[in-house]
Amino acid sequence: MAHFLKDKACVAGVGETRYTRGTDTTTLQDALLASSKALADAGLKPHDIDGIVSNAGLAPAPETLAANLGIENLRFAVGNTVGGGAGACAGLQIAALAIASGLARNVLMPVGWHSYSGLRVRKLGSEVDLTTVPGPIGATIADFYMPQGAMVPAHFYGWMATRYVQEYGVQPQAPAAVALAARKHAHLNPLAYMRGRPLTMEDYLNSRIISYPFRLNDCCLETDGACAIVMTSAEQARDLRKPPVFISGCAEGHPYPDDDFGGRADLLHIGLTDAAPKAFAMAEVTPADLDFAEVYDCFTYVVLIELEALGVCKRGEAPDFVRDGRIELGGELPILTHGGLLSEAHLAGAAHIVEAVRQLRRECGERQVRDAEVGVVTGWGDFGDGSIAILRR
Amino acid sequence: MKKTSGWPLPARMGLAAEFYQFCKLHELRFQRCTDCGTWRHLPRPICGSCGSFNYQWARSSGKGKVYSWITVAQPMLPAFSAAAPYTVPLVDMDEGVRMVALIEDTPPESMRIGMPVEVVFDDMTPEITVPRFRRAG
Repeated sequence: MAHFLKDKACVAGVGETRYTRGTDTTTLQDALLASSKALADAGLKPHDIDGIVSNAGLAPAPETLAANLGIENLRFAVGNTVGGGAGACAGLQIAALAIASGLARNVLMPVGWHSYSGLRVRKLGSEVDLTTVPGPIGATIADFYMPQGAMVPAHFYGWMATRYVQEYGVQPQAPAAVALAARKHAHLNPLAYMRGRPLTMEDYLNSRIISYPFRLNDCCLETDGACAIVMTSAEQARDLRKPPVFISGCAEGHPYPDDDFGGRADLLHIGLTDAAPKAFAMAEVTPADLDFAEVYDCFTYVVLIELEALGVCKRGEAPDFVRDGRIELGGELPILTHGGLLSEAHLAGAAHIVEAVRQLRRECGERQVRDAEVGVVTGWGDFGDGSIAILRR
Repeated sequence: MKKTSGWPLPARMGLAAEFYQFCKLHELRFQRCTDCGTWRHLPRPICGSCGSFNYQWARSSGKGKVYSWITVAQPMLPAFSAAAPYTVPLVDMDEGVRMVALIEDTPPESMRIGMPVEVVFDDMTPEITVPRFRRAG
């Protein structure tokens, strides 16, 4: 029997602002602009929206968005989903549940983030008192990591990456393949910040080490911008402006313990390791059915670990899998067809969803995955929280 | 290693304050459940294995083996500049818990998974002492 949530909700509209480094707008202005575009894309009006899911720190609060957009009958408001970059994809699951249960008819999910012009992650601890950071990880960092010189995601995920490198003898050409694929695809995306800025294997190998094992080109961008997604029910979607993209499978997963890298028997058992099989079972597809994968790419090594958690290849085999253009457009499983956080912009995973929707509507022009029917989006946040959505047209 | 001024000190919130009180005495202690015997770190009010709220601060051997590490080349705070590049391992302690601490006097290229290390104490201020590692044996 099919899972009760399978294909019950769909994405009806998407929208985004320009992606820049430097801006004179506010994140609220950007989130409102992206939301308005997503509503227009869906053919809906603000008064049609009765649910908002946003993520604290990455978007204005639902109440603020509703007040500004003229949403008079907000009845489902979620102001936080889960861990940072896992939140956008986890939001799809929350919105799908609300829609399938009838708690909401149409749900808006914006992300507006100025990670370049606003608070930069590198300022955590110097300009932001981590003990005041809400969520599960601020206290851990403030009390046990920062006094040891470890304070930013490049450090935390570096522990996972070094373990991965050591267990499997990973050579730098493997993460490089991820960086180069993302950049190659960004050249085909008019919105991508890195469009037209070449990156070669030699450039990658010569880029400086930020924190071993991460080179500069293993790390994602900091940018300014916003994007938004509008979700509705499968029934209503048929009467809207654009063809629906269905949420066929979704799940989230959390490593244990979630607030510390200590206590984890296996650091490479990430949230997605648990979530992915559930999402594939729900969607009744396998990794072999995927036409593309928008894998959360805060760091190249994280993408390799996620590809294995997805079941695209076995554990330790991603370095071989990503060779020979297999993850590039035209290859067996194109990833990050928009350029991702590495080469498009950092929208905390929400732009990965926008891109998947556009691919499945076949609106992607030069970078279109031919005959795209099924795609996957993943999220990743905090200390390895995972989320996943399998989308189909 | 010279720790310049501005090097972050632990916030010592809640049970973390007790952990650092023992560090000040140059004792590495972790919580150990007095009902099921399970060691734990980070400090927590409750045992994740049996649900007991009863625990003692039990003395660690201070010895462990490297599970993974990073070597920070680009300092994120001015205070880290003099120390960079510095290496911060995750260490599996003999008691079964894993702890993060900077390792002193150990070149990055000599780091290996399974490398034995032992804890040393760094008196950062008259009030605050933090653990570090150094290579053992």
